[in-house]
Order: sequence, then C-alpha cells, then structure tokens
Amino acid sequence: MAKITRPKADDTMNIIIVGCGKVGQNLAEQLNEQGHNITVIDSSPVTVKEVSARLDIMGVVGNGATHAIQQEAGIASADLLIAVTGSDELNLLCCLIAKKSHDCQTIARVKHPEYSTDAAYFKDELGLGMVINPEHAAAEEIARVLRFPSAMKIDTFAGGQVELLKFRLPEQSPLVGLAVKDVVSRLHCNVLICTVERGENAYIAKGNLVFEGKDVISLIASPRSAGEFFGKINYKTHSVKDVMVAGGGDTTHYLCEILRHTGIKVKVIEKKAEVCNELCALFPGASIIHGDAGDRDTLLEEGLAATGAFVALTNLDEENILLSLYAKSAGKGKIITKINRFDFDDVVRHLDLDSIIYPKNIASDMIVRFVRAMQNTIGTNVETLYNIIKGKVEASEFIVKQESAITGIPLSQLKFKNNVLIAAILRDRQVIIPRGYDEIRIGDRVVIVSELMPLHDITDVLK
Amino acid sequence: MNYRMIKYTLGWILLFEALFLLLPTVCALVLSEHVLAAFLWSVAACLAAGLLLVLKKPTSTTLYSREGFLIVSLSWILLSLFGAMPLYISGVTPSYVDALFEIVSGFTTTGASIFPSVEVLPRSILFWRSFTHWVGGMGVLVFILAFLPLSGGQNMHIMKAESPGPSVSKLVPRVRTTALILYALYFVLTLIEFIMLLCGGMTAFEAMLTSFSTAGTGGFGFLNSSIGSFSPYIQIVVTVFMVLFSLNFSSYYLALREKWKDAFNEEIRAFVLIVLFSGVIIALNVRSLFSNLGDAFRHSFFTVSSIISTTGFATADFDLWPSLSKGILVTLMFIGACAGSTGGGIKVSRIIILCKGALRELKLALHPKQIKKISVDARPVEHEVVRSVNSYMICYLLIFVLSFLLISIDGHDLVTCFTSVAATLNNVGPGLSMVGPTQNFSFFSAPSKLILIFDMLAGRLELFPMLLLFSPGTFKKT
Repeated sequence: MAKITRPKADDTMNIIIVGCGKVGQNLAEQLNEQGHNITVIDSSPVTVKEVSARLDIMGVVGNGATHAIQQEAGIASADLLIAVTGSDELNLLCCLIAKKSHDCQTIARVKHPEYSTDAAYFKDELGLGMVINPEHAAAEEIARVLRFPSAMKIDTFAGGQVELLKFRLPEQSPLVGLAVKDVVSRLHCNVLICTVERGENAYIAKGNLVFEGKDVISLIASPRSAGEFFGKINYKTHSVKDVMVAGGGDTTHYLCEILRHTGIKVKVIEKKAEVCNELCALFPGASIIHGDAGDRDTLLEEGLAATGAFVALTNLDEENILLSLYAKSAGKGKIITKINRFDFDDVVRHLDLDSIIYPKNIASDMIVRFVRAMQNTIGTNVETLYNIIKGKVEASEFIVKQESAITGIPLSQLKFKNNVLIAAILRDRQVIIPRGYDEIRIGDRVVIVSELMPLHDITDVLK
Repeated sequence: MNYRMIKYTLGWILLFEALFLLLPTVCALVLSEHVLAAFLWSVAACLAAGLLLVLKKPTSTTLYSREGFLIVSLSWILLSLFGAMPLYISGVTPSYVDALFEIVSGFTTTGASIFPSVEVLPRSILFWRSFTHWVGGMGVLVFILAFLPLSGGQNMHIMKAESPGPSVSKLVPRVRTTALILYALYFVLTLIEFIMLLCGGMTAFEAMLTSFSTAGTGGFGFLNSSIGSFSPYIQIVVTVFMVLFSLNFSSYYLALREKWKDAFNEEIRAFVLIVLFSGVIIALNVRSLFSNLGDAFRHSFFTVSSIISTTGFATADFDLWPSLSKGILVTLMFIGACAGSTGGGIKVSRIIILCKGALRELKLALHPKQIKKISVDARPVEHEVVRSVNSYMICYLLIFVLSFLLISIDGHDLVTCFTSVAATLNNVGPGLSMVGPTQNFSFFSAPSKLILIFDMLAGRLELFPMLLLFSPGTFKKT
C-alpha cells in the first residue's frame, strides 16, 4: 500500500482534512502531534470552533468540495487532502477538485459496498492516492481474528509473513510466573514478546518482567511460530467454525463477503426485513435471521450458547457492549465487539471483552501510515505502522536500502535508545527473530517496536 | 484550574523579563551610569523568582480559556511589578506607585508619564521605558509563544486573551508559527522605521527609542518636547509609521501573500477614511495658529495619527487648539486603532459592528418581522461576536464611569478627570488640561494612580482578563 509519492526533505506537511467527524478529529489530532500543519474544513461552525479550540489547527467553515473553500483552506500550498465526510460522493468530489486545482495527494473515505469494487479505478484512473473503507478494514480484521481466535488483535507485516498478535493471558496459563527472558529457552519458540499491558500500565517487555494472569501481551512471530507458541501454552489456535453476527450493516456485508469461501458458517441476525432480503440475495450461503438481536430469546434460540464466535456489529456502541457481555456469560465462544467511539476506551478495556474493533481508529491509523510513508527520508522508509498501544507504543516496518550506522554490526554492539525493540528481521523470505548476534543488512525488512514516536528513519533508534 | 501550569508559565514570563532587563543593564554598563546596580538587582530578582516557579514542571499542561485569561492578566501584573523595580531602586521615582505607574504605562503602550522632565533621566532608564513599549505592543505572551515550545492547541486561549480585537484568528495552522510571523513583521517594520529615522539625522539611540515607542504605539519620548524639535522629515516618518502600526497585522501577512482584497478590508478602509477626514478638518480648524497651510497639515496629521493610533507623541500642544479640534481628538481617543494592531482604544472593527447593529435596530423598528444580519466584509458576523462586542461596550462604559467618579475625588477639573481616564483606558497617554501633552500625571494621589494603572491594564488587555480577576467564580475549584 505504502507507495512513495512525493519525497520531501522537510518532513512537515500541509494537510487539509475535510469533515470533522470522529475519523477527521482523530486524524487531525494524530497528524498534528506528528508535526504537520493541519487545516480542517467542516460545514458546521460549532464543530469547527470546538475542534480548533482543542487542537492547534486552523478551521474553515464551508463545503469542502467547493473550489473557493479549498482555496481559503490553502489548497495551493497543501501536500495532502483527506476527505472523510459522511458522504462517499462528497469525499470523491473533494478529491477530484483538489487534484484538478492543485496537484496534491488525496485520500477519500468511500464506505458504501456499491463502490467497493471501484477502489482500484478511483486510484488508477482518477488519481486518488488512497481510498479508505473503514468498514471493510474492520471486517478484514474481524475475519483475521475469527481465523485465529486466541488473539485479540492481529496486524500483519511484509504481506503477512510476520504477524503482530495481541492476546490476554488466562489466570492459569503456564506462562504466568515466567520471566520474559525465559520464554525462548523454556518453550523453544521463535517469538518475541513486545509489550505487556497490566491494568492502566503498559510496558515494553524487558527481560526480567514476570508475567501475571490477565496481562495483555503482544508478540511478534511468523504465523507458524505463533501457532507453535500458542500450542505450547495450551491455547486453542484453530479457526472458529461458525459465527453469529448481530446487526446487518456495511461491516456485516463485507464480513460475509470475506468469510464466503473460508468455510466459516455465518449467521446474521437483523431487524429490518429489507436488509435481510438484500443480504440473503447476495450471500446465499449465509443464514439470515429476521429478528431483533437485542432480544435474549432470539439469541438463545439461534444457538448463542454453542456458537464458535459472536460478533456485535449493530450501530449502537452501547448495544454492542451489552450484547457482548451477555454472549460472554451465555456461551464459550469468541466475542468480538465493534465500537465507534474511542473516547471511553479506558472504561471499555476494563469490561473483560475479548476483541474490540474500532473501525474509525483503523481508518485513521491507515491514513496516518500513508502520511508517514509520504515523508520518507533517504535510504529507509516506513512501510507499515501499527499502534500496539494507542498513543504509547507503535510497531513500524522499515526497508533498509543503503548502508548506515545500523547495518553490518551485531545488534548487541549497537547502542539503542531506551524502550526500543528490534522485533523482527525479514531476509530472503525468512523471518529472523533477532538475538544479540544477529545484524541488519541492506535489503532487510525490519520491524521495530518503540515508545518514542515518530520514527522517520531506522537510524532514529540509535542513541 | 490548573494552577501548576499557570505558575510554570508565569515563571517563564519572569525569566524572559530578566532577559529583557539585560538590555538596559548592558546600556547602563556601557554608559557607566549609576543606575547599573538597580538593574542588576532587578535582573537577579526576576531570575530568582522565575527559576523558583519553573523548577517544578506541571504534570498536566492542559489549559482552558479561563486559565488563558488568568495567565494573561497575572503575567502582565507580575511583569509590571518586577519591571518597576529598576526605577524605584535607583531612586528616579519618589515612590513605588510612581515607578509602577510609569512601567505599566510602558508595557500597556500608554505613554502617560509621571516625570515632569525626562531629559534629566539616565539613558538606560529611558531605554527601558521605551523598550517596554516594544515588548508590550505585540504582547509578551505572544513573544513567549513564539519562542518557547509550550503545550499544543490550548495556547490559542492565551493568544486570544492577549490580542486586541473582537475575533482573533490564526494566520497559519500553528499558534507558534502565527506568533513567529507576527513578531517577524513587527520586527521588520520597526527596523525599517529605525533606518529611516537614522537617515533623517537622529542618533542611533534616539532612532531606536523613537522606533520602539512608535512600534508599540506607546509614546514615551526622551525630550520634553516629544517629537516637536525634530525636522519635518522625521515628523512625517513617525506619522506614517504610527498609522502603519495601528493597522491589523494580519493584513500585512495577507498583503505579502498577495491577497489584496482581504488585506484592504472594511476595517482598514474605515480607519484610513477616519484619519483623512479628521486630519483635513483639524488642519483647516487650526490653520490660523501656523504660518502656512503645509505646517497646519503636518501638525494636524501628526496629532491625528498619534491620537487614533493611541501613541501619544506630540509636535504641538494641542491643548491650545480650538474646541472643535480638541473634540475630534477626544473622539479619536475612544475609537482607537484597528483590531490586531499594537494600538489601543475601542478598535475600529468594534465601532463598525456597533454602528451596524444600531442601524439594524432602526430598520427593525420599521419592519419588526424583517430578518437582518450584520455583515462585515460581505460576511455575516456571528451572533456571538456581536454579543461580545455589546457586552464589551457595556463593561467599557462601566469601568470608564467608575474610574471617572473615583478620580474626581481628588478634586481636579472635569476635563482633567475625564481625559485622564480616557487617555489611560484607551492607552493614549496625554489628555487635555492638566494632563495635556506638555503636562504629566505626577500630581494625582496614590489611590488615583492605582485606579489609572488598573485602567491602563484593562485597556491593553481588553477588559475581560482584568475583570475576571475580580470575579469570585474564577478561582473556584472545578
């Protein structure tokens, strides 16, 4: 995904964000923190005022698809325009007008399933830099978790050769009481523990940290090693067989599409008859139930107790949380909860839900990754980037293209900054979980977990 | 209320003041003046107090608008309290209140003095007085925002509280860059004036002091005759720059980006018209006092620019001019400069909104059901802005009347009382009668001086930050 489009010596960019919804605000906040100059456009004066008072950005009130407003927002000197209003058509129009008036990069959020096949056309023919579909991205993440239900979250590097998995340690796991440095010697697995979250605190895993029950652990490994690892700590690793989905929105639509050929049976419970009919026509393999997912009897009748996984995808966060909590108590399956608002993340984390999907966050994270890739420096550049713990720890993938202070020297002899982990090295399709004697060579892909952000160049990790 | 962050910011203010104070200290050192010790003590005091406050970094840097207001008002008070020290310690002023009056008058760019003769003062003291104009003109906190990386978005609250005008907006997305641009424009304009004054035959020291005073639209001079004894060329240069510094600084930025239409907005057009109109009328009115029409025009325009920009320089004693001219000048005191400039007064943009509001009410009396919005620059003015302008006006009048009544206790004549409040609340400097351009404020009693000090600060900070200090809800825990 991350193409290098406009190399810039100066890493500050002028970015215009059209639409100040959850995604827009989240983006404005993250990109502003990374040192870019942000101007937001929204038609609601109240929203613009509120956002520009809270963040150090400029606000313009008006329709972002008009040339005049774009000019007022400074399109002439903009490097990137991101259109994330609620309307697909408006977003596309914004990008087209921006592209025509000033040759800048553009990103549009397009979420309606009808447009989903056109994404490539938008990029190739209309010249958009990126087309983002939060619902589709969320569905992909849900599908990944369904295939590997032991994890709470799975991100992939280097086209899936390296996985970043997050899971919660059960109270009676053999890992409890073990120190991080002993994991490899005791279990003989090629995995690297990255971070440990315990209650409010988050740590980059140091050698002598001892695991406790209920810790949330993230680790990096190749898919095979990850499988072995989970096997050794008595964790179920096989894919779920059937899934029950509450709510039939866009995300459900995409999820059905992705799961169609995987052998996972899908059951959708949806209130509206027309949506049911539509889904039924599109996905004959899925069983569509016309009923209220908020109704306890309906859920039980459809086999909530025995289902392999339950995914709450209604439009209401509160309902999703409530249904998930109920499903957790009624059955043994994997629970996935979709939540739109990120604001109360700290409260939600305490609820002991399995996996939580924030579509809006996935979308803004993807855009931030794209932006980071735009401002590459010479020699190396960030390929992919994930927030492991929001705003604290992130994992970034670099490609080493030329010799630097970090190449050709065993890692044990390099002086790294605190709270930096070289998590994985990819060489000739082989995943190396680095130990002290390994070294980084030209052509390697390197995954780095760090607390200091933003990393622009791989050499930033050195002291 | 985030008291720790307030303390921390105040600490930085004092450290910066120590830095500012170093300049006159160097000046005193070079000229080996006896006030050197006073400056050194003041620098030490600022450093000590500042370091004590910044020692403890605040855990949370969150600022809401109430903290912004409080930081601004407290900063200005603290700046003045410490800035007055050299004057008091060196003994050039008889009392601390006098020293405070002088330095508040400096920072607020008022230019009202308590010295009967400035020519006897040490040069370093003269430098410090004029330099406070320059620092106070664009704003101390704006300066600190430009050079100190404080926390992120919430700095806008500070900038809003310190910058003059009904609606403050940024030039570029970042507060810090905005502050830097403003100071860069300010610095360049000051430099140009300095060079032009040098060309007119002023010494470097004189040119520097005059540029500082003009740039901040302050008005402290270094001769008893203000600018009167300098050549017509210098008077014209000062006239032009007084006008330039009373225009909205964002207009310069827009002009640099070749957005001419936005740069010459309604406020600036109105301002220029007011200056031209008053200048011509006064010139004709005072024609008989001067030997030729050219002189009349020069003095008239100098005085008009000096008063409307709220600088307060003088080339002629306008207290001796006919009533019509004096009336116009007093009116101009109230109108003041443009929003976003270094000048004081009510501000032309507020006057425009108030007048349009009044006209709208008249229309509504004829057609009660008509929907009508006030618009400036062909854009409707938000209701909130209109509301804040109206309440500003009411607060302004209340403060004015109250100060006027309290000053009257001293028992001076009506014109003196009225214009002394007008000259301080609008940050002009000289008034009429006993506070006229050739007079000074030293004869007021100490309580009256304190009231005028409050007026100067309230006028410079546009009332609300100062008023909030006295509002019981401000310090409540939340």
